[in-house]
Order: sequence, then C-alpha cells, then structure tokens
Amino acid sequence: MNLLGCLDTPTSGEYLLDGQDVARLSRDQLAVVRNRKLGFVFQSFNLLPRTSALENVELPLLYGGTPPAERRARALARLRQLGLAERAAHHPSQLSGGQQQRVAIARALVNEPRLILADEPTGNLDTRTSMDIMAIFQGLNHEGITVVLVTHEEDIARYASRIIAFRDGRVRSDTVVPDPVDAAAALAALPKEDAA
Amino acid sequence: MTLWAGMRSALRALRVNKLRTALTMLGIIIGVSAVIAMVSVGAGAQGRIAEQIRSMGSNLIVIVPGSQTSGGFRYGLGSQQTLTEDDARAIGVEVPAVEVAAPTVRGSAQVVYGNSNWSTVIQGVTPDYLVAREWSVRNGRMFGQEDVDSAAKVAVVGQTVAEQLFGDSDPVGQTIRIKKVPFALVGVLEAKGQSSFGQDQDDLVMIPLTTAKKKVLGTTVQSNPRAVRDISVRVRDASLMAEAQEQMRSLLRQRHHLQAGQDDDFSVRVLADIFAAQEESARVMTMLLAAIASVSLLVGGIGIMNIMLVSVTERTREIGLRMAVGARGRDILAQFLVEAVTLSIAGGLVGIVLGVGTSATIASLAQWTTEVSPEAVALAFAFSGLVGVFFGFYPAQKASRLDPIEALRYE
Repeated sequence: MNLLGCLDTPTSGEYLLDGQDVARLSRDQLAVVRNRKLGFVFQSFNLLPRTSALENVELPLLYGGTPPAERRARALARLRQLGLAERAAHHPSQLSGGQQQRVAIARALVNEPRLILADEPTGNLDTRTSMDIMAIFQGLNHEGITVVLVTHEEDIARYASRIIAFRDGRVRSDTVVPDPVDAAAALAALPKEDAA
Repeated sequence: MTLWAGMRSALRALRVNKLRTALTMLGIIIGVSAVIAMVSVGAGAQGRIAEQIRSMGSNLIVIVPGSQTSGGFRYGLGSQQTLTEDDARAIGVEVPAVEVAAPTVRGSAQVVYGNSNWSTVIQGVTPDYLVAREWSVRNGRMFGQEDVDSAAKVAVVGQTVAEQLFGDSDPVGQTIRIKKVPFALVGVLEAKGQSSFGQDQDDLVMIPLTTAKKKVLGTTVQSNPRAVRDISVRVRDASLMAEAQEQMRSLLRQRHHLQAGQDDDFSVRVLADIFAAQEESARVMTMLLAAIASVSLLVGGIGIMNIMLVSVTERTREIGLRMAVGARGRDILAQFLVEAVTLSIAGGLVGIVLGVGTSATIASLAQWTTEVSPEAVALAFAFSGLVGVFFGFYPAQKASRLDPIEALRYE
C-alpha cells in the first residue's frame, strides 16, 4: 500500500504509475506525484482538526499551487458532489464518521487523481455508512478512476471487480469478479427501521 | 502556499494552545521590552551628557595656570598665577579662531541682604564671560565693559543665590553686601543647573573683574595684580578647536618666554573632550545593558524552540497527512518556520509596547531621563524575528524530514 501510494520506494523491482517509473524519484518528486495522481482515504479519516471541511478538501490544491479562488470553487464542487455542500464550514468534530469519510474522499478527489488508495476506509464505520461509502467508490470506479481498497472484511470485498488476497505478504489469489454486488442497491434493500 | 495563507494557518495552530502560546511569547516579550527599556535608559543618560555639554557652552576652552618650576620645586597645576588679563586680551586679539577670551578670578565670600546671608562663589568676570559660557541674563542686565573699566560696584547673581537671599521677590535694583562692600544688583542669570561634576552652577555672584580684585578678593596675596584664575575662550567654530588650541599654546609660550625644552606653565583644557569621554562611557554602558537584556531574548528563543519541538511531535500525523496529499519537505519546513516566526514577531510587537511603557515608567518613577530611540525599537523587533527563524529552523527541519509512512502511523 505504501509502495502504491508512493510513500515508499521499492528496494527491488519497478513500479510504473501512469507509465512513469516512480522507483527512481526523489522525495520531492514523489510528493508531486502523490499530489497530482493519487488520492488517499484512510481508516481514521485523517482530517485536520479545527479546520473546516472546505479547507480540508482544499489542502491538496494548496500544495499543488492552485490560485485561492479556483481552489475554493473546486473544493466546494467536490463537497457538493458528495452531498456535503451545506457542511463546508463545519469542523471535523462537528461531522459524523460517514460525513468525515466523505470529506476525506472529496479531498482525495479534488485534484482529479488517476488512482484512489483506500486503506480500510470503512473500518471505523457502521454497516449502513460503510455501504454508503462503498457506493461512492463504485460510482467513482464507473467514472473511470481506479480504486485500490484494502480491507479485512469479506462483505466489503464483495463490491470489488477484482479481488487480490494477500497472506503474510504473498499473493494467495487474484480473482476477477465479473459482476460485483452493487452497493447502492444493497443499501436501498436494507430494512427501513435500521435507518432510524 | 502564500505567506499570508501560511500566517493564517500558523495563527490557527497557535490559537489551539492559547496558554502555551502566551507563555512562549512571554520569553520574547520580556526580552524585547528589556532591550528597549535598557537602551532607552542608556540613551537618556547620553542625552543628559550632551545636554551638559550644551550647558557648559560648546566650543569652550578653558586655560588654567600650569605647574611652574621654581628652584627645582614643581608646584601643582593652578597653584601659580602665570595667566594674566593681558594674556586673555592677546588671545582675543591675536588668535583669529577665537571669538572671545574672558579672564576670570574666583573666590568665596559671605553675601548679605537684609538679615539673610549666604556663602557663595564670587566670580570676577568681564561681560565676555557670558558669551564664552553661552549664558544669558534672565532678569535685568549684565554689567558692561564700562563697569569693568570703572570697577563699578555692580553684581549679577545666579538663580540659587537669588532664591536664597530674596525668596520670591525681585532682586534687581536691591543692594547686597559682599565682604561689607555694597553692590547694586543689576541682573539675575538664567538657571544652568548642575554641572556634570554635581556642582550647582547657579550658586554664584558675578562682579566686574576689576572690582573683584580691588575690593573683594584682594590682590595682596597675589604676586601679580594682573593675574587671573583662568581664561574662558570661545572658539568660533567646532572645526577650529584644534587650530585654536595650538595657536593659543604657542602664543602663550611666546608671551611667557618659555624655552623650547621647558614645560608649559599653563594648561589648555577642552571641556568637550572630557564630556566626550563621559558620553563614550555612557554609550558603552548602554551597549552592556542591551547585551544583558538580549540574553533574555535568547532564552525566549530557546523557549520557542522547545515548544516547536513539542508541537512537531504532537502533530506528527498531521505532517504525515500533509505529505501524503502532496506537501514537499520545504512546504512543511515553511509551515513550521512561519509558525515560529509568527510567535516571535507577535511577542516582539507586545514587547515593544511593554518596553516603551517600561521606559516611561522608569522615567517617571526614578526621575531618569529615558529616550526611546526608533532604531532600538526596530533593532529589537528585527532581532525577535531573527530569533524566531533561528530557533524555529531546527524543529521545522525535523518536521520536514519525517518519513510520511512513519508519521501517518504515529499514535
């Protein structure tokens, strides 16, 4: 995961990201690659505390050197896309777990990355919210963004179109799922009283 | 990231821990205010000395009799009456750089008015003396050359004498007695205050030189009736001081028939030089005070470094996240550096206010002259910013070199 996220460089072998060999890049160059081509979603959200949702989403653009007005507009557009436009001024502590994770996804998306890396994004969320988040990821995947998701939960893995199982650092299986479960449909199918 | 955005995020980070921020700033506040207060006290002392130079009369040279060797016995300075009125006249006429040369005799006597009396300094002078000393008469008039020529019994008194003998009433036109000789009081001098040696310059009576010699101080003890105590010389311009000094010296040597190998039997003293030395020592004192005060600024800087290191550790995850979304090492470095500098500059600003206030308090409580110089304020402020950069750099660099993986995993 760290290798895919360009946080670490491989000791051997090569990693071609979008046709670019990132194994030989410097720390700063890796930072630029992360900024432009990758989006991170973490289990614990990792939003900046005491910072509004909007500013959290703006963060990657800040380091990308986007001018302030454009930054604001793009961040707001992403929040709207994730249904959080009214929550733009809220701080993370004022948001629910699902909302926080959606802010984190908006942040991952704001720079239009090629690849989204999600490290147990549903680990801290209840079932309903997890499905909601997975529906978002599936939607993004249908738009053509690669989503790499790490999870221990079989339920969550069902939504993926390709499942690679690791055990003790080695690939155990690599299965292409031709017709994964649709998270949005599954969410809709949940009994109503559960929502209360 | 623009500097402004950086400052804003720094301010936000600093607001999180208000007490901690305030305590850290306190170090810088104390340092800056101490530097400003100390320098203003020192500058005030320097200003006072400069004021004293002005009160002495600028471009003033005093010639006093020197030691004289008589039969192998060397007398002390000023013990001999080697200077005469004629020397003074010659200096005034023959040395072009000299504006006036005023001979003076001096003694002390009891001055009586009605039933009050006061022991004071009696100076026998010519009107030129006031020119040499840049002195003027506040009330009434100075006696003229004709009074000197006729040895008139007229007197001008200093502020202190006027107060001691007359209280609030106007002394001009009254008659005082000096050693039983009646004198008509024609004027009161402008107050001059203390000399740098702590002497009250206003505690004196001035009478014509001739009158002093004939009627008050007497000439019996003096071997030469033309002798004077000293000669006060005013030079036309400060740039001519050295030239005037040299010319007077050779003129006097010639007039006193001194051979090439013989020592001068007089001494030429440039009072401004004495004050310049005092001013220099006050300046050194100021620098010393400022240096001691800047130590506290240094300690404040260490406080900043300490708190920034704590902050970097506390915010390791934040740093990891920022790196994950694309912050380069220098972005993180800039963020923490801006934070440290914001801290120190904010402390600097409060310190300036406090320092100016402190020096005003010192001025009013201790009755000292203080002078808050804009240079000292600017310097202290710049120094506080520099302290922020210097002590903020190491923590910021530490933050920028964190491994993003480790940082993200940090609990």
